[in-house]
Amino acid sequence: MTLLSRLPGTAVPSREPSRGGRALTKEQRRFRKLLIHALLCAALVIMLYPLLWMLGASFRPSARTFTAVGLWPGDDFTTENYTEGWRALGFVTFTNFFANSFLVAGLAIVGNLVSCSLAAYAFARLRFPGRRILFALMLGTLMLPYHVLIIPQYVLFSEFGWVNTFLPLVVPKFLATDAFYVFLMVQFLRTLPRELTESAKIDGAGHLRIFLQIIMPLALPALGTTAIFTFIHTWNDFLTPLIYLNTPDKYTVPLGLRLFLDPTGESAYGALFAMSILSLGPVIGFFIAFQRTLVHGIATTGLK
Amino acid sequence: MSKVAGSPAGLEEARAESTAPSARPMSRWVRRPRLRQDASEALSAYLFLTPWLIGMVFITIGPILGSLYLSFTSYSAGGGTPEWIGLDNFRRMFTDDPRYLASVKVTLLYVGASVPALLAFALILAMVLNTGVRGLPIYRALFYVPSLLGGSVAIAVLWRQVFGGEGLLNNVLAWFGIEGPSYIATPQWAPWTLVVLNVWTFGAPMIIFLAGLRQIPSELYDAASVDGAGRVRKFLHITLPQLSPVMLFNAIITMIGAFQAFTGAYVISNGTGGPVDSTLFYTLYLYQSGFSYYNFGYASAMAWVLLVAIALLTALMFLSSRRWVFYGDER
Repeated sequence: MTLLSRLPGTAVPSREPSRGGRALTKEQRRFRKLLIHALLCAALVIMLYPLLWMLGASFRPSARTFTAVGLWPGDDFTTENYTEGWRALGFVTFTNFFANSFLVAGLAIVGNLVSCSLAAYAFARLRFPGRRILFALMLGTLMLPYHVLIIPQYVLFSEFGWVNTFLPLVVPKFLATDAFYVFLMVQFLRTLPRELTESAKIDGAGHLRIFLQIIMPLALPALGTTAIFTFIHTWNDFLTPLIYLNTPDKYTVPLGLRLFLDPTGESAYGALFAMSILSLGPVIGFFIAFQRTLVHGIATTGLK
Repeated sequence: MSKVAGSPAGLEEARAESTAPSARPMSRWVRRPRLRQDASEALSAYLFLTPWLIGMVFITIGPILGSLYLSFTSYSAGGGTPEWIGLDNFRRMFTDDPRYLASVKVTLLYVGASVPALLAFALILAMVLNTGVRGLPIYRALFYVPSLLGGSVAIAVLWRQVFGGEGLLNNVLAWFGIEGPSYIATPQWAPWTLVVLNVWTFGAPMIIFLAGLRQIPSELYDAASVDGAGRVRKFLHITLPQLSPVMLFNAIITMIGAFQAFTGAYVISNGTGGPVDSTLFYTLYLYQSGFSYYNFGYASAMAWVLLVAIALLTALMFLSSRRWVFYGDER
């Protein structure tokens, strides 16, 4: 806990960077700046080239996918991989997979926002017997490996007849099982001054009203971070759908991609790349739209 | 936290009060409103906590205890009731299951190689970016992109191609006359492709390091400069100690994450963990035991060994941190 509370926020004034101490001429300094930019760009190219290459390759005819190193397909340009890939199995297409993924991710976001903020309000702003123990319990589950839970959860959910439904993917979110988000919101709500709610209390407002009308509007940044990270995690999640969803009409996008892998036919790579690119789209879109919130969220909580 | 301590006692009083209504009417008259408020606050708190409590009991603690119980049983999916077999699952794991030991070996290699490398990259890049580079937000965002995508099936698919026999890497190496093998099909290379995949996602810890670096008071560097300290000494005696709490945090988070890596190994090996079990990550073998062989008892035992191993390693890091983590306000 001490460790977590010591984590730096980004909202601190940045200091003037230190530069070795030695006095450099203007020329030298400019050269060094250029050198740093060159090195950073080189590192970025190496890191991101495969991604861009996949984007290019998704527009190539399958036969050319492997031999080409360059990015732009040029005359070979074709969108056939996308049309072919989208068709998937014919009776289920990527329309189904995307619809399923958006449904699951959407419900997960709603679930996490509601359940985690309710729990966080109690932990951060209310006094009740057992608070310390319960809070410690919540912290204790922060770093629990998910794998310890999967077998008994599977037994439980199959007792309920939930296998091959979205319920095992969604219901836990409505029960605040992602402790990270509870913790994130507790930390945030603690920073709100107590006086904010005192006057409302004196006016006789109940906790639900205080929660809904005063706290939640102020907690929008924390809610935003939670929503974005929940989306990304749920969208990328592979293990849980793999365990619970077993007919193609229920598949989420990652499972849809796996369909192309099973035959191991190299001819399917074009379509696979095209659909992989599309599967990354929403995450990258979210990232571009909410980049600031994301970076701030990582810096303050260590979420990935 | 200190405010909490009073409230259980407060509720005790409230209860005592209500069971003995006419004992001290005056004081009751005076004190009751506050106590009633305490009790109603506690009631509200538990109402707010209800979803979390249900989740805690049925989705988290119940299953933890459930898998502990199952780990001492032989239990197959859909196959009747669990049968108590004592420590047999654990005995089999360590003495009679070469695939299990292979999975432990691969996982330790993966964690041991990728976590330090990932942290080193994250720290180096954070320090470079902290030198007042122009365009910092853009660099930061672009370096973070892999962290965002690293766990996805799409990226694992890409990795399969890049490190395949006719993949991007070999096509590039061909320019230099080097003819590489299919890295994902060669047992000695395959796990390293996954190490590279993990190291590729250094962006998130980098952002945390960057935030940490910005909090180091610049006076420390100025004072060191006055004393004639060079770059290396400043790094060793200011940056590293000041950054050590963040380092501990990043190390623990990254380690726990690495132990749980699954998607990459699954996709690269088509779910088999091959070639020759060289990508059989612990989690992948656990998944196979549970959902390919339907051996729920054995898989639960594996899960508990993982839990204990992660807990021990985390505790070890915390304990060792007393020696190397520096908290500025401790005098």
